[in-house]
Amino acid sequence: MEEIRLHGRGGQGVVKASQIVVAAAVKSGLHGQFIPFFGVERKGSPVYGYLRLSHREIRRKTQIYEPDMLIVMDDTLVTMPNTYAGLKPGGAVLINTRRPLEELNVPDCASVVAAVDATEISERRFGRNLPNTAVLGAFAHVASLVDRDVLFGEIAAAFGEGNRLSAAEGYETVRFLKGGNQDV
Amino acid sequence: MGSIRVLTGNYAAAEAAALCRPDLISAYPITPQSSVVEHLSELVHNGELDAELVQVESEHSAMSVVQGAAAGGARTFTATSAQGLALMYEPYFRMSTLRLPMVMAIATREMTSPETIWSGQQDAISVRDAGWIQMFCDSNQEIVDMIIQGYMLSEHPQVCLPVNICYDGFYSSHLTCGVDMPTQEEVDAFLPPRSANHSALLDPRSPLALDPMTPGELLMNYRRNHLAAMQRALEVIEETDRKFAAAFGRSYGGLIEEYRCDDAELVLITLGGMTGAGKDAVDESRERGIRAGLIKLRFYRPFPAARLASALRGKRAFCVVDRSVCFGWNCGPMYVELRSALENCGSYARFSAIGGLGGADISVADMARVIDRLNDIKDRPGEYGTLWLMKDQEAEV
Repeated sequence: MEEIRLHGRGGQGVVKASQIVVAAAVKSGLHGQFIPFFGVERKGSPVYGYLRLSHREIRRKTQIYEPDMLIVMDDTLVTMPNTYAGLKPGGAVLINTRRPLEELNVPDCASVVAAVDATEISERRFGRNLPNTAVLGAFAHVASLVDRDVLFGEIAAAFGEGNRLSAAEGYETVRFLKGGNQDV
Repeated sequence: MGSIRVLTGNYAAAEAAALCRPDLISAYPITPQSSVVEHLSELVHNGELDAELVQVESEHSAMSVVQGAAAGGARTFTATSAQGLALMYEPYFRMSTLRLPMVMAIATREMTSPETIWSGQQDAISVRDAGWIQMFCDSNQEIVDMIIQGYMLSEHPQVCLPVNICYDGFYSSHLTCGVDMPTQEEVDAFLPPRSANHSALLDPRSPLALDPMTPGELLMNYRRNHLAAMQRALEVIEETDRKFAAAFGRSYGGLIEEYRCDDAELVLITLGGMTGAGKDAVDESRERGIRAGLIKLRFYRPFPAARLASALRGKRAFCVVDRSVCFGWNCGPMYVELRSALENCGSYARFSAIGGLGGADISVADMARVIDRLNDIKDRPGEYGTLWLMKDQEAEV
């Protein structure tokens, strides 16, 4: 089972993005589960999400304490103590940022750190900071469990072709700051 | 054959309710239940569900509206949580004591105060003796299947009682996963229309006064019949589970589900969505050589005392994990019930655990901690102090 914790802010589409991943996983014959954790439901407040993908039935409905992967939708969250808490040694981090690795506060135990400038992509394409589909595109590059084409199909089904293109751009422009294939 | 759909617990509840062809729905939105109502209004608005949807200004009115409709012979649905349930209490009690069948979903939530909108089971547990059948679900699939079964049970001529289908707020209501949704044809074949078992209590062609002032002797007769119907429901629940399994291929064990209990020495007893973490903890402890098992209590009302006593026979230790408190006993409410259900309670090492209040998690590590404590005490029967499943303290009373 792969456990992925998402950190974002209300209004950035953490919940919808995660639901799309679950839909893509289920369509690929996997089991997927997503539990959002809201504080107060308003724009800008921190939002957590717990995403699990597995070849077997997922029974636990709990928070994720030792994630295999972290997805950070907003790089103002990298200084919050909860953001990197419990990351598994050898785990992966995907951040929506244009900043260099040194400024991201990533713990040494992370073996892969990937960055995508999803805010820039979404502001250019949609005129608003809706980074989730570009981040999902980058996620398809970093994560192995979910098939890219199935995921992009689900994005298009949920949000239309413009967001499929946004995801494709996220996929193409992801930068590996540590580990992974840094030539990409 | 149904199809796999990716749904939250609340959407699963709404879709399942729609498949049961309710004549009338009335509900008032409250976190974390709101999207049940929102999705049902969407289905009605889009013409996908032919039901009357009555907008109201409060939960008290929502229950009153479905009550009138149910008395008029309609199949009805509503849903609520926490403070909404509290506001609904007056017509809620009358619904069961009028013996009107219906299904109401409860996305369970902690009761205020302190102010909270998050998960907990205190709301449903606090109304456990208002005469309704109460059932608690672990998975989104179970929510769907139990809403469908709920109508069959509720409208069974030997039962005639309203049914609560409860599931954890947020941890289930907002959990997204794949769900095998039955087709309309399959549900139609399983669930006859309400009119097949009931003629309307209220009929304009033969007017009557419903629920007049009732003297004590007669009222006691009604109560005795109500309690008898609850006891009959124990068997109807098992029978409904078997019928559902024959039609849809899924069985949940009826009143309780037993998991790895056959050779278990230690038993965790769970309610609702905490069960999944409990099963994972049981599997992990088995790998460490600890013979643990789990019983999921599925129906809280009527209380399945005989099945629980039988499932615990020969075991050495048990813990009941509650997501609510019993203010009168310094432990969890389900634990109090368990004690009453067991004639030989004193022969077990046992304790109550309380966790998951106000949105707090009950993690696999919490469940493992419970199992480890059971393992420590299993050779010394007796009651041990209440264990509070809190992160930073060993908070035993």
